[in-house]
Amino acid sequence: MTALLATLGALVVAGLLVVAQRRFGPRVMSYYDRNHRWAFPTTFLGFFTVAALLPIWLNVVQEELGVSVGVFALLSLGLNVVVGFAGLLDLGYVAFWAIGAYTMAIFGGTGPLHFAHLSMWQIMPLALGIALLAGVLLGGPTLRLRGDYLAIVTLGFGEIIRILAENLERITRGAKGITDIPSGEIPHDSAFWRGLVDAGVHVENFWIRVYNFFAPGTDHPVRPMPTGRTVVFGVNPIPYYLLLILVIMVMVLVIRRLNESRVGRAWAAIREDEFAAESMGVPTLKYKLWAFAIGASTAGFSGVIYAARVRFVSPESFVLIISITILAAVVLGGIGSIQGAIVGGAVVTLIPEVLRSLSRFSDRFIDARYGIFGAILILMMIFRPQGLVPSRRRAAELKGGAEETKGPLGAGLPAEAEIAAGGADAPA
Amino acid sequence: MPECLSSGLPIRLVGGLTTGSIYALIALGYTLVYGVLQLINFAHSEVFMGGSLAGLLALEAFTHHGATGGAAYLYLSLIPGMLAGGLVAVALERFAYRPLRRRNAARLAYLISAIGASLLLSNIVLLWRGNQFENYPTTITAEPVLTIGSADVFNRDIIVFVAMAVMLVVLDRFVHWTKTGKGIRAVAQDPETAGMMGVNIDRVITATFLLGGLLAGAAGVLYGMYFGRTRFDIGFVPGIKAFTAAVLGGIGNIRGAMLGGLALGVIENVGAGCFGNQWKDVIAFVVLVLVLMIRPTGLLGEGVGAKA
Repeated sequence: MTALLATLGALVVAGLLVVAQRRFGPRVMSYYDRNHRWAFPTTFLGFFTVAALLPIWLNVVQEELGVSVGVFALLSLGLNVVVGFAGLLDLGYVAFWAIGAYTMAIFGGTGPLHFAHLSMWQIMPLALGIALLAGVLLGGPTLRLRGDYLAIVTLGFGEIIRILAENLERITRGAKGITDIPSGEIPHDSAFWRGLVDAGVHVENFWIRVYNFFAPGTDHPVRPMPTGRTVVFGVNPIPYYLLLILVIMVMVLVIRRLNESRVGRAWAAIREDEFAAESMGVPTLKYKLWAFAIGASTAGFSGVIYAARVRFVSPESFVLIISITILAAVVLGGIGSIQGAIVGGAVVTLIPEVLRSLSRFSDRFIDARYGIFGAILILMMIFRPQGLVPSRRRAAELKGGAEETKGPLGAGLPAEAEIAAGGADAPA
Repeated sequence: MPECLSSGLPIRLVGGLTTGSIYALIALGYTLVYGVLQLINFAHSEVFMGGSLAGLLALEAFTHHGATGGAAYLYLSLIPGMLAGGLVAVALERFAYRPLRRRNAARLAYLISAIGASLLLSNIVLLWRGNQFENYPTTITAEPVLTIGSADVFNRDIIVFVAMAVMLVVLDRFVHWTKTGKGIRAVAQDPETAGMMGVNIDRVITATFLLGGLLAGAAGVLYGMYFGRTRFDIGFVPGIKAFTAAVLGGIGNIRGAMLGGLALGVIENVGAGCFGNQWKDVIAFVVLVLVLMIRPTGLLGEGVGAKA
C-alpha cells in the first residue's frame, strides 16, 4: 500500500510539476537560468546524490524496483541517442540489451562457455564490444535506408536475435535459458582490493555505513564479510543500484558532451534534413553509425548488469514489447532530452507497479498496462509530443510546422518553427 | 539441387501460395495507406486481428443457432469480418492520425502514435477475450480437390487464393474506374494539387483506410479459417510479413503488394523446408533486408499514383 501511495504521489508530483512548468515556467525560468554555467553541475550532482541516498528510505522490494528503474533509465538513455538525437527509429533496441545479457550469461553462467568463468567486471568491456559490433554490423548495411524502412528492419533484427537465442541451443540453451549467472563480486584477493583494505577503506561497507549514519536502525546492517572471495553484490540490490547510478552518471556526461560537439551538430542536421546535411558535406552514414554504436553499447552495458542481477536469462525476456516500452520511455520523457530519458525510464517502470498495486481491486489492471502505455503514446503525440521534460530544440521540431520535418500531407510554415527553435524561454 | 528443394517442393509451394495470399491481402492495406500518406500504418496488424475476431464471433453466432451451413457460413462471416476491419481502420485514422495531420506533426510522431494504437487495440482484445487461443468453428472439412505433382491442393487453399485474386481485381478496378479511386490516385501523386482541384483529401484518406481495412478484415477471417484459431496478438507476425511483402513488391504499388505477398509466402515456406520451420521468420526478414539493399523500391517500383 505504501508502495502504491509513494508511486502515485510521485506521479502526481510529476504531473503538478508539468502543469507548474507550463503555467509559471517563464517566470521561474528567469530566476533559474538553464544556460548558467553552474546550472548543469548543480542539478546533475544534486539529482544523483539524492538518487544514491534514496535506499535509506526504501525497503528491499523498493530497492529492487530501483534496480529496474536504473536498467530502464540506462536503456532509454541509450535509445534516446538513436531516436532523439540522430532521429533514427530503432524498434529492435531490445536486441542489444539481449546481446549484453547473453554475453554475461554465456561467459559467466552455466552455459556451454562456462569454463571461461569470467567475472562481471571482465564481461563488461567484452559485452560492450560485442554490442557495439552488433550495432555497427546492423547499421552498416541498413542505415542507408529511409526512416520507415529502418524501423521495420530494426524490428526484424530484434526478432532475429530473439529467435537465435531460442534456437541456437548449444550456445544459449534455447527456451530453457541460462541459469546461475554469477552476481557482481569484488574478489578479496585482487591487488586492488588488498590495497584498499591495507589503506583502511572498506568499500563494500561504505554505502551501508552512510545509510546507517543517515537512518540508524533501519534494515541496512553492516554485514560481516566472508573471507576469501568476497561476494559484495550477492542478492542485495543496493550495489547494483549504485553501480547503475554510476554508469548512468558517466553516460549522461559522455552523451551530453557528444551532443554538444561536432557529432551532436551532425546528428541534429541529419535529423532535421538528411539530404541537406549530406549535401553540406556531413558524412551522414558515419554519424548515424556513431549513434547506433553508442546506443547499442549502452544497452549492452545495461544487459550485463541486468543479467548479473536477475542471474537468469531466457529468450522470453527480450520480446518486442520491451523495445516498445523503452521507446515509450524516451517519448514520455521527451524525445532528445537527457533528463527526459531518465524520467521516462522511471515512469515506464513505475506505471506497471502502480497498476500492480491497483490489482487488489481488479486483476485486470496489470493486464491493461500495455494498453495504457498505448493510450499514453497516442495522447502524448496529440497533446504533448515534446514529452514531460522536453528538449527545447526537439520540442520545436515535434510541434510540427517545420517544412523539413513535416509529416504526411503537412504544409510547412518554416518561419514559425524557427522562431520556436531559436529560443524564447516560453515553453512551446 | 538440394534435397529439401526436390522432395517436398510442390506441397511447400501450395502452402506458400496460400499464406502468401493472406499476406497479399494485408499488404494491400499497407500499400494503399503508404501510397496516399507515406505512412506505415503500424496498427494495421490490429485491423487484421479485429477482422479475424469479428469473423469468429459471427461464426460462433451462426453455429450457436444449431445450423451447419458449411462453406456458406464462411462466406457470410467474411462480411462482419470485413466490416470490423474497415471500422477499426477508419477509427484509427480518425483518432490516431487525423489529429496529428491537423498539426503537421513530424513523421516520427505518426509512427509512435501508430505503435500506441496497436498496443491499445490488442490490449483491449486481450482484456475482453483473454489470452487463450480461441478455436475457429469448422465450417468446411478439409478435402483435397486436385493434385499438382505430389501435392494435394485442399479446398481451403483454393478458397483463400480465389478470394485474394477476386478482391485484388475488384480493388484494382475500383482504383481505376471509380471517382473515389481517381481521388486516391490523385492524392497519392500530389496531395496539394489534388486538394486545389477540389478533391476532399480527408474523405479520400478515410476511403483509403476503409479499403485497406476491408481487405485486412477479410484476410483475418481467411486466416482464422485456414489456421483454425485466433487471439489478441494474432496480427503481429502476419502484419510484419505483410509489410515485408508490400516493401518487396514496391510499397505503394497495388499489384506489387500481391506479387510481394505471394513471393514472400513461397520463399519462406520453401526456405523453411530447407532450414526448418523455426527459421521461417528469420528467412522473411533476411529477404526483406536483401531486397531493400539491392532494390530499395521493391520488385515493381513504388507509388499508387504512378503504377496503380
